[in-house]
Amino acid sequence: MDALNSLMDGFGTALTPINLLWAAIGVLLGTAIGVLPGIGPAMAVALLLPVTYGLNPIGAFIMFAGIYYGAMFGGSTTSILLNTPGESAAVVAAMEGNPMAKSGRGAQALAAAAIGHFAGGLIGTILLVMLAPTVAELAVDIGAPDYFAIMVLAFIAVTSVLGSSRIRGLASLLIGLTIGLVGLDQMTGQQRLTFGSLQLADGIDVVIVAVGLFAIGEALWVAAHLRRSPGEPIPVGLPWLGKADVRRSWKSWLRGPVIGFPFGAIPAGGAEIPTFLSYVTEKRLSKHKDDWGKGAIEGVAGPESAASASAAGTLVSMLTLGLPTTAVAAVMLAAFQQYGIQPGPLLFEREPDLVWGLIASLFVGMVLLLALNLPLAPVWAKLLRIPRPYLYAGIMFFAAVGAYAVGGEVIDLVILLIIGLIGFGMRRYGLPVLPAVIGVILGPNAEQQLRRALQISDGSVSGLVNTPFSVTVYAVIVLLLAWPLIKKLVMRRRAEA
Amino acid sequence: MTTPPTEASPTPPTDERRSWLRDHSELGVCVLLLALGALVLGDALTMDVEITQRGPVGPKTVPIVVGIGLLVIAALLAVDVLRGGRGEAEGGEDVDLSEPADWRTVLLLAGVFLGAAVLIEPAGFPVAGALLFWGAAFALGSRRFDRDPLIAAVLSLFTYVIFNNLLGVPLPGGPLMGVL
Repeated sequence: MDALNSLMDGFGTALTPINLLWAAIGVLLGTAIGVLPGIGPAMAVALLLPVTYGLNPIGAFIMFAGIYYGAMFGGSTTSILLNTPGESAAVVAAMEGNPMAKSGRGAQALAAAAIGHFAGGLIGTILLVMLAPTVAELAVDIGAPDYFAIMVLAFIAVTSVLGSSRIRGLASLLIGLTIGLVGLDQMTGQQRLTFGSLQLADGIDVVIVAVGLFAIGEALWVAAHLRRSPGEPIPVGLPWLGKADVRRSWKSWLRGPVIGFPFGAIPAGGAEIPTFLSYVTEKRLSKHKDDWGKGAIEGVAGPESAASASAAGTLVSMLTLGLPTTAVAAVMLAAFQQYGIQPGPLLFEREPDLVWGLIASLFVGMVLLLALNLPLAPVWAKLLRIPRPYLYAGIMFFAAVGAYAVGGEVIDLVILLIIGLIGFGMRRYGLPVLPAVIGVILGPNAEQQLRRALQISDGSVSGLVNTPFSVTVYAVIVLLLAWPLIKKLVMRRRAEA
Repeated sequence: MTTPPTEASPTPPTDERRSWLRDHSELGVCVLLLALGALVLGDALTMDVEITQRGPVGPKTVPIVVGIGLLVIAALLAVDVLRGGRGEAEGGEDVDLSEPADWRTVLLLAGVFLGAAVLIEPAGFPVAGALLFWGAAFALGSRRFDRDPLIAAVLSLFTYVIFNNLLGVPLPGGPLMGVL
């Protein structure tokens, strides 16, 4: 099989000492970040974007992928021991995991979560190996109109599927698109929104926008509402599982990926929905219904497995289509742009070393995570005691380093602070941050594809919908947009009946 | 739909008006979106496209669409707010929304950050970075005068060495690095 050969080559890349080191750094950083409150994987990758200036792409992406998977692992630790999820994907883990920890079964909850992540990540990554080359092959002929359609899909999905208010999502997207417009027009060199400033003519670097919105915005927002007395984690020993627990969990570990993987691949908000669906499924199928709410181990095992599998699904869309379905994927896409690499169907042909090295490193990372997390769980739990002033001062510090490293210009730091204040205001008034980031990253690219497509068709709008691929994507978009309406109609009919 | 927000009652007492404004502070977001939209549209319409346009869609088209979109969304958001819709403030594990926003800390943090930005070139990164960390930690309530500056200095120096010497991302050393 072709994919298997490529994967073997990928292992050749991933198992070199230097790349092993990057994978190890990635999973360690990722776990720490997942455990630490206030820092999510998207912020972490954004803060680390400056390393792309000094590091080769393979090493950088191996590290970023390690952070993504590691943060999933670490997030559940906070949920279980503190009842405060380290990140959104781990909300469900708190529902059964925390009661388990309270009743003295914290070690078992941590083990069920860690093995769940391992199983989910493993199955998800195997699915990634099998599916990604096929998707890339199917999509290899796609041209400008298709790319434009995919980007419109990303815009619509991120504004209308996520978040509670479409208007606020759209407002956020438009803010992002506006920031993306600043600078020279890529096709004609026309100055746009530069107001005669030379610095603005280069555009606002994606790194600065991502760091400003994710890091500075978050630090300022937390500073305004800092909880004066952070919760105390429940002390816990080494994770382990008894035979009875394994018997109850193994089916949940295997069921999780079935739910998690497809949801990760579509733009539906990453791990939040699949972890919740997995929780509901496990509850329905459980033979120990009395335990639920008091600490049912299946309620930890299934959702955690689904969470890791969804990360693998996210990578399928990002690597084969260039479609980011989560905030982490969006920031990784920005990293690809920093290297001048366009993720998409051609990535598998043009950069086989990078893609397969990255995929192989996921397997390596998973083994490292399991090996590290089972014995190190009590150490990770100690991270929860870090004084909050240091944590958020550190975020500000590294954000400044990152923005300054972009071009060595003081003006970048000022722009960073301004974007951070915008991020603060967005959090205050419930504008989601992700659409703005997607707008900045994909906006300029979408405009270029749009103009290229219309150039080919000589200005006729039909040039945007003249391929089966683009028509399919637009059909999906219409469905997404009409979904609330359809739901309302169905509900009304049901109410009448 | 672009009607400006009307007052709740013709002559409200100042107290009532103030609380109405606080309740509807989200209208400020609409004003900002409106201003941004006007800015984008203004910039797009005053663009003189002398360069021969490649393709039927020029550099103006997308900015015009985005500008109009901003104006429309500002109006829609205003309607939503006046009808009682509220953007939900973002929660988080270290976020306590039950207390009012602590503006002093936010302003102090922004000030410390700007100060570091000003200092980074004359004083060098190790000094400016250390002051940024210490200042931010101080603003956030840390008062350990023995430990805080030490952590700040070590962190800043380490970061400088890692970026400047190991990753090849140049940071200004300043006079301090000249001495060492």
